[in-house]
Formats: sequence, C-alpha cells, structure tokens
Amino acid sequence: METNRLPALFKQALLTFTVSLILFGPISGLVLEGFSFRNELTRAVLLAALVTAGRVGLSLVGMTSIGKKITAKIGGNAAGVTVMTGTEKSPVLILTLLFIAGLSLPLFADKYFLGIAILALIYCLLGLGLNIVVGLAGLLDLGFVAFYAVGAYLLALGAQYLGLGFWGALVLAPLLAGFCGMILAFPVLKMHGDYLAIVTLGFGEIIRLVLNNWLDFTGGPNGAPVPAPTLLGIEFTRTAKQGGVPLHEYFAIPYSADYKFWFIYIVLFLVVCLVIYAVERLRVMPLGRMWEALREDEIACRSLGVNHVFTKLTAFMLGASTGGLAGVFFAVHQGFVNPTSFTFFESALILAIVVLGGLGSTVGVIAAALVLTILPELLRDFAEYRVLVFGVLMVVMMIWKPRGLVRVKRPAFFPSTKEENRNVPLAVKAEAAQ
Amino acid sequence: MTTPLLDVRNVTMRFGGIVANRNVSFSVERGEVTALIGPNGAGKTTMFNCITGFYRASEGEILLNGRKGPQNIGSLMTRPVTGGSHLVTRAGIARTFQNIRLFKEMSVVENLLVAQHRVTANNLISGVLRTPGFLRAEREAVDLAYYWLREMNLVDDANRLAGELPYGRQRRLEIARAMCTDPELICLDEPAAGLNPSETRELSAVIQSLCSEHGRTVLVIEHDMGLVMRISQHIVVLDHGEVISDGTSEHVANDPAVVAAYLGVSEEEVSA
Repeated sequence: METNRLPALFKQALLTFTVSLILFGPISGLVLEGFSFRNELTRAVLLAALVTAGRVGLSLVGMTSIGKKITAKIGGNAAGVTVMTGTEKSPVLILTLLFIAGLSLPLFADKYFLGIAILALIYCLLGLGLNIVVGLAGLLDLGFVAFYAVGAYLLALGAQYLGLGFWGALVLAPLLAGFCGMILAFPVLKMHGDYLAIVTLGFGEIIRLVLNNWLDFTGGPNGAPVPAPTLLGIEFTRTAKQGGVPLHEYFAIPYSADYKFWFIYIVLFLVVCLVIYAVERLRVMPLGRMWEALREDEIACRSLGVNHVFTKLTAFMLGASTGGLAGVFFAVHQGFVNPTSFTFFESALILAIVVLGGLGSTVGVIAAALVLTILPELLRDFAEYRVLVFGVLMVVMMIWKPRGLVRVKRPAFFPSTKEENRNVPLAVKAEAAQ
Repeated sequence: MTTPLLDVRNVTMRFGGIVANRNVSFSVERGEVTALIGPNGAGKTTMFNCITGFYRASEGEILLNGRKGPQNIGSLMTRPVTGGSHLVTRAGIARTFQNIRLFKEMSVVENLLVAQHRVTANNLISGVLRTPGFLRAEREAVDLAYYWLREMNLVDDANRLAGELPYGRQRRLEIARAMCTDPELICLDEPAAGLNPSETRELSAVIQSLCSEHGRTVLVIEHDMGLVMRISQHIVVLDHGEVISDGTSEHVANDPAVVAAYLGVSEEEVSA
C-alpha cells in the first residue's frame, strides 16, 4: 500500500509545483521597472514550494483515518435529496432555544452588530422569497430585486404622498409586490427557463431605471427619505416628529438611538420566523407540492390536471410578496432609499444565496444568507478582495457541493390507522393475486 | 350503456405537411380494455396525445361521455384563459407516458398526492394554520395514496424517492399516480415497454383488475402482442395514420390487412 502511494504523491506534488510556478511566475516573479523588468524568480519558486507543501500536507492528512472520515462526511452526499424516515425527533427544543437567542440578541449586541444582524435577516427574507420562485417552482428569476425595490419605495413614497406609516406599508407591500409579480408573470409564464430569466432580468432593470429617471415622483438618484417606525403612537426618535410620544419620555428612561434598531430587529425577527413557518408549511401543502412537481416535470403535471400557469403564478406572487416585505424593512432600517440599492448585483447576490443554500432547502437558504451577509463584514479589512473571496467560495461550492450546503429532506407520509385496519383484507387480496 | 365512453370521430392530425392521423374513427366502450396497436410510426402516440389533450386535433372531434355529460376534448383545450390539457384530466381522462415521467426527486407518496390536488384543500391560509378541514383532506388523500400503493403492491416503497425505484416499479407507480386523479378512462402508453416477462404478467393482472374491480375503462398502446391479446376486448389497428382494422382480438388477428401491415406483405398479395 505505502509503496504504491509514494510515487502517486510525488507525481501530485510535481504537478502542483509546475502549475503554481506557471501561475506565480509572471505575477510575482517579474517586477516591472519603467519599461524593463527585474527578475525575482526565487520569490515565485518559494511561493510555488509553499503551495506544494500545503497540497502534500492535505493529501497526507487525507490518508489518515480521521481525514478519511472527514472527506467521507463532506463529499459523500452526492445524492442531494433524501426522504425522512418519519422517526426523526422533532427539533422543537432547538428551535425554541434559537428563537429565544434570536429575540434576546439586542441585549448583547452593539449597534454595529445589530445593524449587520438586521441586514442578514433582510437577506434571509429575500432568500426565502426567491427560494419559493427558484428553489421550489424552478422558475429562474434574475430580477428579484425589482420586488424588493417596490416594497422599499412603497414605504418611502407612500409616506411622502399618502402619509403611509411603517405598519401600513408592512401590510400593503406584500400585496403591491405580489400584484407587480402577477403583472410581470402573467404574460411570460408560458415561457421556459432561459426566456423567463431574460424577461425578469429586463423587468428588474426597468424598475430601477424608472426609479432613477422619474425625478418628479421618486426623487430620482437623490432618493427619498423614509420616516422612522412607530409603535402605537410611540416614536423612537429624540423628539416626536409624527405626532406621537418618544419612547424614552413615555417610559421616563434616558434616550438612546439604539431603541429604533431594537424595534426594527425584533419586528423583523418575528416576521422572518413567520415566513419561515409559512414556507416550511408550504412544502407539505398541496400548493408547495404542485410547485415542486412543476419543477420536476411540467408535462406530467399537466397530465395530472394541474393548471401549470396558475400554479406558477402563485409561486411568483408569493415570492414577490416576500421580497416586498424585505424592501419595507430595508427602507425603514436605512431611513432613506435610492435606486443604487437595487442594482442587478443585488439580484445576483440573492440568487447566490438560494443556490449556495441548496435549491429548495429553507435551512440552507437561511445559513447562506447569514454567511453571505456577515462574511463581507468580517472581511472589511480585505475590502478589495471581497468579491474575489466571494467568487472563490462560489467556485469551491459548485465543485464540492453542487446541490448546496444543506441536503433537501422530503417529508414522510403514513396512512392513518383507521385506513390500515379497513384495508387489511384488500392487502391480503393483493398478495393472493400475485 | 349504449353510448361509448370515448368517441373519436374522423380525427385528422397534421403537423405542417405531415399527416400523422387521417380520418381516424373508433370508440372506447365503458368498462372494457381497448388496445391501440400498429407498427412504429403508425400515429398511435399522436392519437393518444389528441385524446389526452396534449394536441388539438386538426379536424374531427373527440367526445367523452363521462360523469359530467358529453364533453368535447378539443374545445376544453381551446377555452380562453383557463383552457389547456389539464382540463382534459379533470374531465376524467388520465394517462401515463411512454418514457416514464415521474417527479423523480419527490417521494412516492408525494407523487400520488400531487395527483390528488383536486380533492386536497389548496387554500393557502387553511394550510398554514392547519385547520381541521385541511388536515382531514390531507389524511384522506394520504389514505387514498396508500390504497393505490397497496393495489400496485408498492407500499414498502412509499417513503422512497420515486427516482430510486427499479424500472418496473416506476411503471406501476405511474399507473397508480394516474389512478389517483380518479379518472374514468385511463390511457396507458406502452406500459409493458422494458418489463421482463414476469413483470409483464403482473402488469396484465393489474390492468384487468382496473376494469373488473375498479370499474375503469382502459385504453392502451402496446407492442407486446401477447399482452394485448390476453387483456383486450377490443383492438384498433393503426397503420400510416389510418385505422386498418377494428374489432375483437380474434377478428384483428385474422385480418389480412393487419398481417400485411406487421409483416410487410405487398398490396397485391393482400388483395389476392
């Protein structure tokens, strides 16, 4: 065994060294000086040697028993989808603990971290919304940010023209965004895959361009202010601006700017929990099942009497509604909206969250949303390399975990006991017929 | 029971200049197994797609005399806004496919539950809140799914992924799924393709029980003549898009036109 491995290892090391030398040679081995250049090849060789040593080290670790276990755990799940056995323990305890931990986060976090947490939760909402469209119904939507913008601008412009408040927008945004989704989707849902992606991409850009250029109504690139949130007439500003009572005066406590973020965080957290619950229910509901069936095989669905256009429409509308909801929170958190927040890059980021998380997996989408929003904050010192790290992460994921971080688990179903008893004779008959 | 369940009248199907079916007429009697046979390229699957509402016949009409009275398949498909092939299934015609089309990444039970979306409570709010009505509908749907799984002898695979099943079971699952839509007429497109002899025997028992025990009507396309002769009371033979023979299995087996179509005898020998 050992003698067989040694030449293979040597071959691998040589290959790694050569490739890294080719890569590093021109980049760090040649230093430009005016119009000529200086040779610094030793540096390149050193770097290549370092990479080779690392590669050999990884291979050696992989050969040990612990390493083998780890590789089996990481790489072994190629299948992607499994069915539950029905005997899994209910994760109520863990969920309750997570819920309490999430709810009490403001007590421990400073304002900066709370800001990141709010952003992460907003992306959770966006990811969950897009997951309905892309992950469950299998409709590639590249313009999801449009619905996000609709929600955000509904609050900003609604406050400006109609005196709409935070709570009003929270109720209306899903309806308006869903309506926009319907208007977009109805003519295009007979299209498949790529065509739908292009149309939605176009729609996303149209919304952004309208917001950018309709100066009189939206304020154009200057954006629009968003009023601070209120709760039953209590305001979170130092002095009451919307005819209510400031929170610190109401409770006779010293003023702190954090209260507003506390409030937004808690409301957002509750809304995210509700959406997670709804999405998880959807997966075991007829509607969610029809979405997934449509993703699997549209022709078979039609042969079963599923109205594919209306079913896709509901997926599109519900996804858009969730996006609109996220938009309201984004607007109220920022206190200001302008079109630069709603570029195609945002759509791509949300799509990345859904794809990295594993299409259709709620837990995966939440994890990916948290990672992809918190990671850039942690990498602030390497701001220039953020997109690079992001890209490398995507490539690595697509190679090793093409089905996303978390495996999709299908629910198990069992007949009710009543049916079991009634059908015993039938089962026996079926056996006898064989 | 004088009116046939399905009445195909003078159907012609054209794709551009190609005529796939020319002036095809036949009827499917209630409670019988009717087989549609013919050499490759005879237009059997095209006829099937017309009947199940995937194609709109260029000419002629297809009438279903089901529970809801006579319905014209063609007009169901072209109904404005809501029209489409799904209405044909809702009228009472279910089908399976020549190349199996299961929802491969969903479990076996889920495949059957999707087929029952007409009877489950699809209301969004009742599902999220788990109202008693929703739970009852779900429970009944799961029980019906298990009923058909038992009939098809698939209960042990209930909570497996459909794509994981062996080929023969996937075939049976597709039939079970079609039955879950509660059809009056079930159209099977080459159900025995790729099955071994013992699986084929099992399948013929299943098809016969669909008629005799469950009172459904079966229309089947099949190349396995042994199976066709064993199970069907009525055989329609298509060749080059036209009906060349129509009758009982004895009649069709002894019809010189059928023999000619299958064995490729020249026209002169047939007329001679």
